Parts: sequence; C-alpha cells; structure tokens
Amino acid sequence: MTLTLDAPRIVETRPLLEVKAVSKSYGPVQAVRNVSAHAYPGEVLGIVGESGSGKSTLLRMMNLEEIPETGSYTLDLPDVSGNLFELDRFARRMLCATKIGIVYQNPHLGLLMKHSSSGNVAERLLVAGERSFATLRQAATEALDASEFPLDRLDAPPIELSGGMQQRVQLAKAIALEPALLLLDEPTTGLDVSVQALVLDTLKRLQQDRQITMVIVSHDLGVIRTLADRVMVMRRGEVVETGLADQIFQDPQHPYTQQLVHAKL
Amino acid sequence: MTQVLEIDRLTKGFSLHHLEKDIAAFEDISFSVAAGEFVLLKGANGAGKSTLLRTLYRSYLPLSGEIRFHSSHGMIDLARAADVDVAHLRRTEIGFVTQFLTARPRVSAEAIVAEPLRLAGWEHEAALKTARKALETFGVKPDLWAAYPTTFSGGEQQKVNLARALILPQKLLMLDEPTASLDANARRALVARLQELKDQGTAMIGVFHHPDDVIHLIDRVVDLTPDAAPQEDRDDVAL
Repeated sequence: MTLTLDAPRIVETRPLLEVKAVSKSYGPVQAVRNVSAHAYPGEVLGIVGESGSGKSTLLRMMNLEEIPETGSYTLDLPDVSGNLFELDRFARRMLCATKIGIVYQNPHLGLLMKHSSSGNVAERLLVAGERSFATLRQAATEALDASEFPLDRLDAPPIELSGGMQQRVQLAKAIALEPALLLLDEPTTGLDVSVQALVLDTLKRLQQDRQITMVIVSHDLGVIRTLADRVMVMRRGEVVETGLADQIFQDPQHPYTQQLVHAKL
Repeated sequence: MTQVLEIDRLTKGFSLHHLEKDIAAFEDISFSVAAGEFVLLKGANGAGKSTLLRTLYRSYLPLSGEIRFHSSHGMIDLARAADVDVAHLRRTEIGFVTQFLTARPRVSAEAIVAEPLRLAGWEHEAALKTARKALETFGVKPDLWAAYPTTFSGGEQQKVNLARALILPQKLLMLDEPTASLDANARRALVARLQELKDQGTAMIGVFHHPDDVIHLIDRVVDLTPDAAPQEDRDDVAL
C-alpha cells in the first residue's frame, strides 16, 4: 500500500471550508457515510463519482440545503463561527446569501425563469439588504459582465435564453455578492461541448481573477481535470481516494478510481 | 555545495487492479542534486526516466523512499508532503517542463506565459512585459503574442510552453525532453535560458532524447538501467 501523507507543514493558513464526518440517510439508503472534506482559500476542490455516489448531497450540505444526521461544517471567515449545521433557518439563509454562491445543473433550481436576467441577479443583493435601485442595477450588470453575459440581453428572462446563457446568469447571481465560497453542481452537464468549453473558461478566469474557493461536483472527468487543484473520488456515499488532480488522473490508487479514469475516452 | 534535493532509496511501481498485476518502474534509486547542478537521467526506453521525474513532481505517488527537498521553508519530504504543500511548492519553487503546451481556449500566448508571474503576485503590466520578452527570446513573432495558441503549429506551441515554464526562476526544475520538435534557434534560446537559470542556482534534472543539445550544461549522469554504476561524471560517458 502507499505512504500516508503528512499534515501540511509549509502552508499555514487554515482551510476555508471544513466538513467533518458527515452522514445522511434517506430512509434505508445511506447517501453519505462519514465523509470529511476541506478546501483551502483559493483552492478548487473537485468531487467526482457516478450518480448515487453522494457527491451532490455533500454539495447541498455545503450550501446548507441538507442538514446531515451527524457531523460538522465550519467556514473560516470573519464573523462566522461554530458548526453551521446548528444555525437556525434565518441565520442559515443570511449566511448562504452573503458568503456562498451556487450554480446548479438545472437552471430552474437557481433562477426565476420568467423574471429578467438582471432582476434574477439583483434579487441576491436584495436578500442581503441592498435597496437602492441604481446600485442594484449597477451591481447586477457588473456581475453579469464578469460572467461574460451579453449586456444587450440584461432584461431577457432566462426562459428565452440558451442553456449556456442560463448558466452565466446563475453564475452572475452566485458571484454578485463576491462570496468566499462558490459551489458548482454539474455546471456544464447537458451543454453542447463548445458551449461547455466557454463556460469552463469563464469559471477558470473568475477563479484566477478573484481567487474564489470553489467546490465543483461532476461526473465529467474532463471538467474536473480542467478546473480542480485537488480531487476527491466518491463511491456509494464514501470517499475512496483524494489527491492532487494530476496524481488522481495519472496515478490513481484505488481500483474504483482506476476504473473511472480508464473509462474516460 | 548546497544540496537542493536528496533522493533516498526511492521506489515506484504501479498496481493495475483490473489485471491484478504489479508493475515495477524503478527501485531503490538514490542520488542528490546541488544548487546550480544539472543531472542528466540516462537509461533505455522503459528504464523509468520520465516516471522518476513525475514521481519527484508528485504526479506519481512513490511506493517507498524519501525525496528530501530543501525548500525555502526548510527540508520537506516530497514523498509524503501534504497535497497542499506540494501545490504550493509547484507554484513557487519546483518547475516541470514537458514538450506539450496545455493551451486553453481564448487565452492569448502572452497571458499564458505571464500566468506563473501573476500567480506569484506580479503586477499585471510588469508580468505582461516580461512575458513578451520571453516570447521574443524563444522566437515567437510579435504578431502572435496576443493570439490564441490553440491554433498554433506544434513548434510554435512548444515555444510558448517553454517561455511559460522557464519564466519564473525555480529552485528545482524537471525537464522532460523539452527539445523535441524545436527548431535550431529555439533550441539555442532554450539552452541559453537553462544556462542562465543554472548560473542563478537552479538545480535541474533532465531527460533528453538527444543529450548533445545540452551537453555543455550536464554536470553528472545518473543511469537508471538496473545494475548500472550508480553515478558517472559526464566525461566518462559516451552520450
């Protein structure tokens, strides 16, 4: 078997995100079993695994949409403390609006499809307490611009937009409040390959310009390889392997990871 | 001489679970590299030269042994260092040069070359200026600096790749056949840049299909052929 790695010695900053020993069942099905994960400031953590591996459930826990039966969740941010799973509904909602952004695979989950695109982004700012119309419009426009959304379509409702554009609106909404943490749940699944490349490129740019900490969940290894610094492989609710992205892809250790990597075209 | 890297009884193999097979790559390799020293890895195809480089960079996980790297933060064993520490060292002190460019859509040649400087905290304009100079040194025409390398020929991509990989002086540099597919001018520029880095104290470990390209840089040869004499001076070796 391989060597066990040491604890960090050079990097002294603490992880921004730390999830410890979380478990969650739905009836008789154990979706997530004793999983721990962390991400350092500015790091992109990729989570791969097939459908039913528990990776999306884990991401929804990080967005406080799911509360596990056991385990803890901390974010190392000013004025955020304690186990976030223990927050009440209101505090949870406030924290998500101001510190965490999320992009779902299905834009219907993240957007009001019949409201204008800029309105969708501005809603985020309203939740956080911004009331001036001029400021709202300005901030929404900036966020959409950073997501490379065409500004002549600010008022178009997402329902009239292509899949790639809908994802850009979601992304703009997610980054409008400059969150410390950006969660991405299969953000490019279902898009045409060329559109997928453009959305990935936008994400990469944002990450480099703003140094946002990201957690990205995908069953698409190409997406993970493009974006992630470190990769966690999940299967049947458990973590089977973690490592640097290039190591996971070039020298996978676990039989399941080997199978996954070799199955890629 | 200041040691930069001490490799101690390093062993690497691969377990292919679906074949239920273990494949040995190299066993009990030991040698060290000092600041400003250039070590050439020698051995037949399959002797494990590239595998060794990738293991030192931690793209591959070693089975056993130590890779003691004297970083600016003190000694650290790369064989067991935490992923986050390895990632940090790759951004700041350890470089890896291959013959392939990972071009990204819609990123210009000069931006790709400037990226390591930006990640190291350089200011945007200064990074671009230095990047353009590096592109010029490797013979990429000014018309192409703002263009996207995804459409470049293999040779031009390789020049962009080298300009990027060598732009930031590193403490330790791994070279995996960087001269393949280079024209004579670019090869000269590469050797000149390597000499410059060597003079500044960068320790280098390289695999070259045609070692003649870098013959003047080589201080020592390490032969990975099993049962070969462990180390030789370059004068004793017919390259």
